[in-house]
Amino acid sequence: MHPFATEVQELSGQNLSRCYQCKKCTAGCPTVSWYEWPNHGVVRMIQRGMRDALLGSKTIWMCVGCDTCGTRCPNGIYLGPIMDALRSLARREGRRVPEPAVLAFHEAFLASARRFGRVHEATMLAAYKLKTRDFLTDLGVGLKLFAKGKIPVLPKGIQGKAEIEKIFRLGS
Amino acid sequence: MELSYYPGCTAHSTAWEFNESTEGVFRALGWRLRELPDWNCCGGASAHTMDRVVGLGLPARNLAIAQRMGRDVLVPCAGCYNNVQKARAALEAGDPDARKIEDTLGFRWGKGVGVLSLLDWLERPGVIEALKAGVKRPLQGLRVVAYYGCQLVRPPRVTGRRSWENPTTLEKACEAVGARALDWSYKVDCCGADLGITHPDRAETLCSGLVARAREAGAQAVVVSCGLCQANLDMRQKGQGLPVLYVTELLGAALGVPGREKWWKKHLVDPSPLFR
Repeated sequence: MHPFATEVQELSGQNLSRCYQCKKCTAGCPTVSWYEWPNHGVVRMIQRGMRDALLGSKTIWMCVGCDTCGTRCPNGIYLGPIMDALRSLARREGRRVPEPAVLAFHEAFLASARRFGRVHEATMLAAYKLKTRDFLTDLGVGLKLFAKGKIPVLPKGIQGKAEIEKIFRLGS
Repeated sequence: MELSYYPGCTAHSTAWEFNESTEGVFRALGWRLRELPDWNCCGGASAHTMDRVVGLGLPARNLAIAQRMGRDVLVPCAGCYNNVQKARAALEAGDPDARKIEDTLGFRWGKGVGVLSLLDWLERPGVIEALKAGVKRPLQGLRVVAYYGCQLVRPPRVTGRRSWENPTTLEKACEAVGARALDWSYKVDCCGADLGITHPDRAETLCSGLVARAREAGAQAVVVSCGLCQANLDMRQKGQGLPVLYVTELLGAALGVPGREKWWKKHLVDPSPLFR
């Protein structure tokens, strides 16, 4: 097996050599039309060791982790944890992320969770908008939600913030 | 009848009416919900996406609190439920990352308390009968489709679902209070999750498709059990507007839970005409 495939297998806990390319994963994927390659192709690319193509791809950032592919795979291979593994490798290696909005969202979300222990939407979305420098998309929807009192202005933190910080430090 | 309750971050913001209606329905049926003290964010879709240890660690802290409280814990939000269940499965499998988290937080998971979604609760003996008996304002054949999305059902080894392509629990609950639950083929398709924020146009493609299929089936409303599904389907649909209700709102309306007029005001597509 290619060393890259071994690495992904170990990180994801999935056995890639069971894949026989039946394409059932691809057939059920809701986001495949925004991938560079279909799901079953991703598995084959890992087996072939195509590290640079995968870790720099949009594909790994467009998967939303719905677990349809893994649930339907006749060989019990879950692509969700494989995509998680590819994303964390890409982050670890400091790869450029071709879906900056997705990265900005996850960073803003986790920063909010880390700071308050719970996610505070108003400040999280403001941080996200600052990162993406896109203030106009969804301005209307945002204002409607705000008008409906769905976005509280002030954050409320939890007591156990020290424990939350420990969890984040345990991560890479 | 008492459960611990994990509301999740959206309970005090975008899913305010989910929290209110959940508490209202449980109160109406004589169940007591005790909010977990000092609960934290489950990590949403972001934690596991960015870092496996953080993705398991955040929900694990809530499990530690639930274990201390000694009661099964209700997690109505599908996204939170899935994260908590994945952490529970990792703890029970003796996963090395899960061990590190236990050591860091100073607890050992002992399988003593269960994690319940609203589906798990609705399937408890006597709940459907209690709903039937509690109806004050029968819904008179209101036509709905139940939408489960992803996180309530998949993956089945984590959720413990016996039926994950065609679950019927929400339908049974809707029928118990007098609605008519229609059959359709899209109940476990994905709404796009966080694409609702990062790629609204793509979420709109997915959600408009789902809403169109619901309308084709003849539905007057879509019934959900997830804050993100509700927000996406309500915000990202095109056309004349199909109301998207939390299952607890539908049940609460039939049970005559007070304050429900305030729930309808939180929706972008106004569901109040359905209940006049």
